[in-house]
Amino acid sequence: MGYKNATRSLTKVIEMKNITKKFGDFVALDSVNLDIFKGKVHALLGENGAGKSTLMNILYGLYYSTSGEIFINGEKVNITNPNIAIEHGIGMVHQHFMLIKPFTVAQNIILGREPISKMSVLNMKKALKDVKEISERYGLYVDPNAKIEDISVSMQQRVEILKALYRGAEILILDEPTAVLTPQEIIELIQIIKNLTKEGKSIILISHKLKEIKEAADFCMIIRRGKHIDTVVVSETTEEELASKMVGREVSFVVDKKDKKAGDEIFSIKDLVVKDNRNIITVDKLNLSVKKGEILGLAGIDGNGQTELLEAITGLRKIESGEIKINGNDITNKTPFQIINNKIAHIPEDRQKRGLVLDFDISENTILENYYKKPFSKKGILQYNNINVYANELIDKFDIRPKKASKMARTLSGGNQQKVIVAREITNDPDLLIAAQPTRGLDVGAIEFVHKSLIEQRDNEKAVLLISFELDEVMNVSDRIAVIYEGKIVGIVDAKDAEVEKLGLMMAGGGNK
Amino acid sequence: MKLNWKELRKTIYIFATEKTVGFTLISIFLGLVVGAIFLTAAGFNPFQAYGIILRGIFSKPSYISYTIIRATPLILTGLSIAFAFKTGLFNIGAEGQFIIGSVVATATGYFLHLPLLIHIPVVIISAVLAAGIWGGLAGYFKAKFGVHEVISTIMLNWVALYFQNFLIYTEGFQKPGGETSYSIQPTANMMILKTWKQSAAGREWLLQHPFWKDLLRTPANWGFIIAIIMAVLVWFVLNKTALGYRLRAVGFNRFAAEYGGINVNKNMIISMFIAGALAGLAGALQVVGVSHKVTLIAAMEGYGFDGIAVALIANSNALGCILAGLLFGALKYGGAKIQPFMQAPSEVVSIVIGSIVFFISIPRLIKLILSRKNKKGGTK
Repeated sequence: MGYKNATRSLTKVIEMKNITKKFGDFVALDSVNLDIFKGKVHALLGENGAGKSTLMNILYGLYYSTSGEIFINGEKVNITNPNIAIEHGIGMVHQHFMLIKPFTVAQNIILGREPISKMSVLNMKKALKDVKEISERYGLYVDPNAKIEDISVSMQQRVEILKALYRGAEILILDEPTAVLTPQEIIELIQIIKNLTKEGKSIILISHKLKEIKEAADFCMIIRRGKHIDTVVVSETTEEELASKMVGREVSFVVDKKDKKAGDEIFSIKDLVVKDNRNIITVDKLNLSVKKGEILGLAGIDGNGQTELLEAITGLRKIESGEIKINGNDITNKTPFQIINNKIAHIPEDRQKRGLVLDFDISENTILENYYKKPFSKKGILQYNNINVYANELIDKFDIRPKKASKMARTLSGGNQQKVIVAREITNDPDLLIAAQPTRGLDVGAIEFVHKSLIEQRDNEKAVLLISFELDEVMNVSDRIAVIYEGKIVGIVDAKDAEVEKLGLMMAGGGNK
Repeated sequence: MKLNWKELRKTIYIFATEKTVGFTLISIFLGLVVGAIFLTAAGFNPFQAYGIILRGIFSKPSYISYTIIRATPLILTGLSIAFAFKTGLFNIGAEGQFIIGSVVATATGYFLHLPLLIHIPVVIISAVLAAGIWGGLAGYFKAKFGVHEVISTIMLNWVALYFQNFLIYTEGFQKPGGETSYSIQPTANMMILKTWKQSAAGREWLLQHPFWKDLLRTPANWGFIIAIIMAVLVWFVLNKTALGYRLRAVGFNRFAAEYGGINVNKNMIISMFIAGALAGLAGALQVVGVSHKVTLIAAMEGYGFDGIAVALIANSNALGCILAGLLFGALKYGGAKIQPFMQAPSEVVSIVIGSIVFFISIPRLIKLILSRKNKKGGTK
């Protein structure tokens, strides 16, 4: 039917015309047009750094476009700050939530628009009633009296959505909303999105997950390197078509992996016990081993001890009891420095907290573990020439964008930040590579690349431990799959014999025993 | 013509908002404007006052010399704080470290009897080490017990102050009849051409060379040169060495540093040691170059606290500390002269400095002021 025909009878609520945004010489957006229709879900698809977030930040008043016009309900508007956007009924749920943690759900929702009774006293009763009302209306169930710090990430996301609705949002921008959710939570979110559109709300969904776009969106606009490539009707297209439009070439979804026999055991964990910050045992007598030339995937739902296990292995958390060995050397309770020198590399879960020094440039970040070694340092003096040569090699090899070693890590898009870490850790040539959520927030092109890199490590007879909440990823990439539940390994299966249903059951605690 | 004016405005805007140096200069200018407003409100001519300050700084060689002497300790305490800032720590203890440096310098300068060329280095090095340990103590408390360095350094400031006062009342150190210590031995004195200045030949020569006579009238000493060398050294260590890389990594993101195998606690102690050593050097140079002794103090003298402002104006840039320290020293020295010459309160200088720090701390305000102007210019 085509996009033009499909949208002919719809009401246009937002029209962005010829939007151009430049940062210095860099053109982030080049004459981009976007139309949003009432009661429809518009997906914005593009690789990391393609300009999706920039476009939305312009609509929300966080950036000001270099040129171009915005119309809301046919009327030209000048959105210079988020308050104006909110006044026009635009709400945004950011990837990183903007909530006050010690406040309750209701307090967060009403913040800035508090219902006030006579004598300007805060009317909490009315606030609770209002919150309850909208949460029921859209099927967004939350406990209004719970504190933000006590509720799960997906609940926090609901609070963000409610906050926008409470402010009267008619158009909701969701910036990569599924990046932080488990598969079950994603299904719930899609249901919420459907409820919202039924009530006449329009949704802009920023994503690079094709599966979700297929399930949730009506239309999809594809941006590549700041240019508007195409806008399509989602029901008339395929995931493959979307992917190739986004990346600009054919993309393979199947992980290309040759069969190979694993070697000797190189890394082992015995009866490991680790406590979390609240002093509760979260890794409970865990046993695990990885062989040379294999990828061991650790599947499990977030919060079953993965983080603590990872931190215990890498020396970032104290081990209560048990033993960890690599190449026959005991590394239990050793410092991160000693563990790195035992040839363990680690792609951390949280790239901004652990993985990068955001105020260092790319080149400084590429030498985080090796800054004191030759050729990067000689007699304690940094050799910037050598460092830059090395950084540029990584930038080329791992396609980090922009291709500028002196760029601050803070200014890179999430995917490119991740590439810097992956590049650094793999190039360190470890015997054991631990990859925790290595593709979180990455686009298909980058995911393909990271998976290839992991498999390359394996093919070079190195050991890889992959920790991921994405079952698809674990199943596609691993040779063996271990399932972690409440700090214990509840089952190990060969990837070839793995079945989704069985693994899912084990992940939920309904194991084979 | 009109177009040019617009262009100029745009250039100023870009200069002030995108370049750190431009932004600092505009902040200094606005600080002076605020000072002028206060002067006018108090019934003084601000142009006359600033004229006196300028002449008070530049019109005689001895004035320039005094300005530099005033600036030297501020450059070093500024460096101390800037260094700590760059490594993620807030060293409010430069004051106490300065005191420790000056006390130890006085003690070693008075009690030890050493040859000329050895005495000064011994005095300075011992003072620097002592102050370094004093600063490192705060780093140790943070690493070991999680005590925030702001709290511990403030406490250590008072401990240092009373330690100095205690020593001054100690027999053998106190100069009889005064509330000061004995002066350091002549061998520990770092004044330029000190003995020659007082010799017959020296006096004779100076009488014929009024420029030099005036310049050397002051306690001119090598401290300023040492301060500049230290600024370059600090810049080099922070930006060009593996140690600096480590310290900055800990300062910017201690979690990533820890992940990368860097010992965070050790580097925090090292950082506070170096910061303390720099402030201690300021105290030591003040003793060997200018005061030659320590006196009873009732309250903090402010070298360390002024250093915070110097570091802020310098945007924690080591080389910027030289310029910020000079500006500070000049304003303080020249500013003192508006009182005797036009009865205007010299506290205006504190208002100016305070305003500069204020403008630097809120970059958005300057952006706002300038962008308003820009828009108005555009609609005309």
